[in-house]
Amino acid sequence: MTGTRGHLRKTVLHVVSIVIGALIVVPIGFGVLGGFKDNGQLSTNPLGLPDPWVPGNYTGILGSEVFWRQLANSTLIALATVVVVVGASAMAAFVFARFAFRGREALFTLFAAGLMFPFAVAILPLFILLRSLGLLDNPLGVILPQAAFGLPVTIIILRSFFRGIPGEVEEAATLDGCGAFAFFWRILLPMARPALATVSVLAVVASWNNFMLPLVVFTDQNWWTLPVGVQAFQGQYADDTARVLAYVVLSMVPALAFYAVAERRLVAGLAGSVKG
Amino acid sequence: MTRSVTGPRPDTTAGPVRPKAPAVRRHDHRPGLRRLGTIAFFLAPALVLFLLLVIVPILVAGYTSLFKWNGFNLPEDFVGLDNFSRALGDPIFQGDLRRGLVLIVLSVVIQLPASLALALLLNQPLRGRAVYRLVFFAPYVLSEVTTAVLFTLVFSPSRGLGSTVLGWFGAAELGGSIFADPGTVLYAVFFVISWKYFGFHMILYLAGRQGIPRELTEAATTDGASGWQVFRHVTLPLLGPTIRISLFLSIIGTIQLFDMVWVLTGGGPTHASETLAVTMFQYGFRRFEVGYASAISIVMFLLSLVFALLYQRFVLRRDLEGALTTRGVQR
Repeated sequence: MTGTRGHLRKTVLHVVSIVIGALIVVPIGFGVLGGFKDNGQLSTNPLGLPDPWVPGNYTGILGSEVFWRQLANSTLIALATVVVVVGASAMAAFVFARFAFRGREALFTLFAAGLMFPFAVAILPLFILLRSLGLLDNPLGVILPQAAFGLPVTIIILRSFFRGIPGEVEEAATLDGCGAFAFFWRILLPMARPALATVSVLAVVASWNNFMLPLVVFTDQNWWTLPVGVQAFQGQYADDTARVLAYVVLSMVPALAFYAVAERRLVAGLAGSVKG
Repeated sequence: MTRSVTGPRPDTTAGPVRPKAPAVRRHDHRPGLRRLGTIAFFLAPALVLFLLLVIVPILVAGYTSLFKWNGFNLPEDFVGLDNFSRALGDPIFQGDLRRGLVLIVLSVVIQLPASLALALLLNQPLRGRAVYRLVFFAPYVLSEVTTAVLFTLVFSPSRGLGSTVLGWFGAAELGGSIFADPGTVLYAVFFVISWKYFGFHMILYLAGRQGIPRELTEAATTDGASGWQVFRHVTLPLLGPTIRISLFLSIIGTIQLFDMVWVLTGGGPTHASETLAVTMFQYGFRRFEVGYASAISIVMFLLSLVFALLYQRFVLRRDLEGALTTRGVQR
C-alpha cells in the first residue's frame, strides 16, 4: 500500500469523510449563521454569510431570563439525577458484584431486563402516580423516574467494573478491620472513580436530552427544561425563523461544550455498555 | 428457589445448555460481608426506585389497558381486551406497525452498513481522523428535540437550507414540503434519525474494531488475502457481537420512537409519520382515552419484550454471558 495507490486511497478516504462531515456541520452552521441574520436575509440569502451581521437574536435571548432559567433547570435536574442514579446503582452493583446470596442472579436479571422496557410504556401510569403523589411541577417528578430508568445500564457497567477489582484488595481491607461499609466507601468507590465518571457522563446526557417526562410533568413554565423550552419557543415564534435558530443554537452550546470536555468518558461508557 | 422464575427468560431454556458456573466468586464467604442486613441496605435504594417507578407503572399500564378510562378517579368500566381488538382494527395503529417496520428496514439496510463502513474507514491511519470522529459523533449529544427543531427550519419552505440546496438539483419544491408530503415525510424522518444516530453506531463499531487484535488481520494479509477477503472472513465475523448489539439498540429504539417525530411532524400529515408512541401520547395526554392509550403502550411493551427475548435466544446467546439475559440462578 505504498506509492500512488496508497495515496489515492487516502484521498478517497478524506473525500468521503469530508462529505459526511459536511452533512453534519452544514445544518449546524446554517443554524449558527442563520441566527445572525434577520428573516429578510434568510429568505433572500439562506446560505451565505450574514450581511450585515445581526446579533440581536442572540443577545435578545441571552438577555432574557427564560433561557437562563431553562438552562439552570436542565442543569439542576441532570446533576440531581446523576447523584441519585449513580449512588443507588453503585450500592446495588457492589452487592451484585461482591456478595454471594440466593436469588442474586435473578434480581440482577430483573434490573438488566429494565434495559428493554420502553419509557413510553410507563409514562401514563407514571404521570398518574406522580399526580397522586403531588410531584407534578416538582423537579423530583422528573429526577426520580429518570434515575429509575437509568438504573439498568448504570448497574451493569458498574458491576462489571467492581468485579474487576481483585479480591486481595478486599481481603487486605478486611484484615485491616474494614467492614462492608468502610470497604465500599473508602476503597471501592475511590478505586472506581473512572467508571463512576463514565456512568455519570452517560446519565447527564440522557437527562439533558429527556423530553417526554418533563413535557408531561411540568405545566408550570418556570420548571421547563431546555428541550421543552426549545419546542415551546418554536411554537411561539413559528414565523420568526432567525430567532428560533438562535434559540436552538444556544441550547446546543452547553451539550456540545460538555461533549468536548467529556468525549473520552462518553465513548468509553458506550463501548463499555456494549461489552456488558 | 422460587426467585428464578422472575427472570424474563423461561428457565427451561436456561437450564440444560449452560454448564454450572464455576464457583469462583466465592471469596466473600466471610460472615462480615454476608450479612443479609448489609445486602438489604445496599440494595434498597435501587430496588425501591426500580420497583416503584419502573415495574409498578408497567403493571399498572397492563391493568388499565383492560378498562375504558379517562384517567381520572378510578378505572371502573372494565372492557376486557376490547381496547386491544380496537387497536388491531384501527388503521392508524396498523399504520404505526407498518411505519415502524419501514424505519427498521431502512436502518438495517442503509444506516447501519453506512456506520460500519465509516468506522472501518476511520480505523485506518488518516490525518485528522480524531477530528472526523469528533464531528461524526457530535449529533449524538444533541437532544432529539433540538435536532428536530433545527431540521424543521433547515427544511422550512421559504427560508431553509434544504429547499435551496434541492433547488440546485431542480427540486426546490420538494425541499419545502418534505415534512408536509405524506409520500416523503417518513423518509425525511429517517434522514434526521440517521443524522443523529449514525455516529453513535459508528462509535460502537470503532470500539469493536479496535478490540480485534492487529495480528489477525495482518496474518490474513500476509497469507495473501485481499482487502475484501480480510473484511469478509476476519473483520466481519469478529465484529459480530458489536453488530448484533447495534442492531438490537437500533430496533428497540425505533419501536419506542417519540421525541423526534413529535417535534418534527407531530405524526402528520394525516398520520403519515405517526409511530406507536405518538399514537399512545395522543390518546393518553390529548384525548384522555387512557385505557386505549395503555393498550397501545402494552403492545409496545410486548413488541419490545418479545423481540428482545427472541433476539437474545436466537441471536445474542453466543455473545452475552448473562449481561442482558438470565441464566436463572446459577448457584
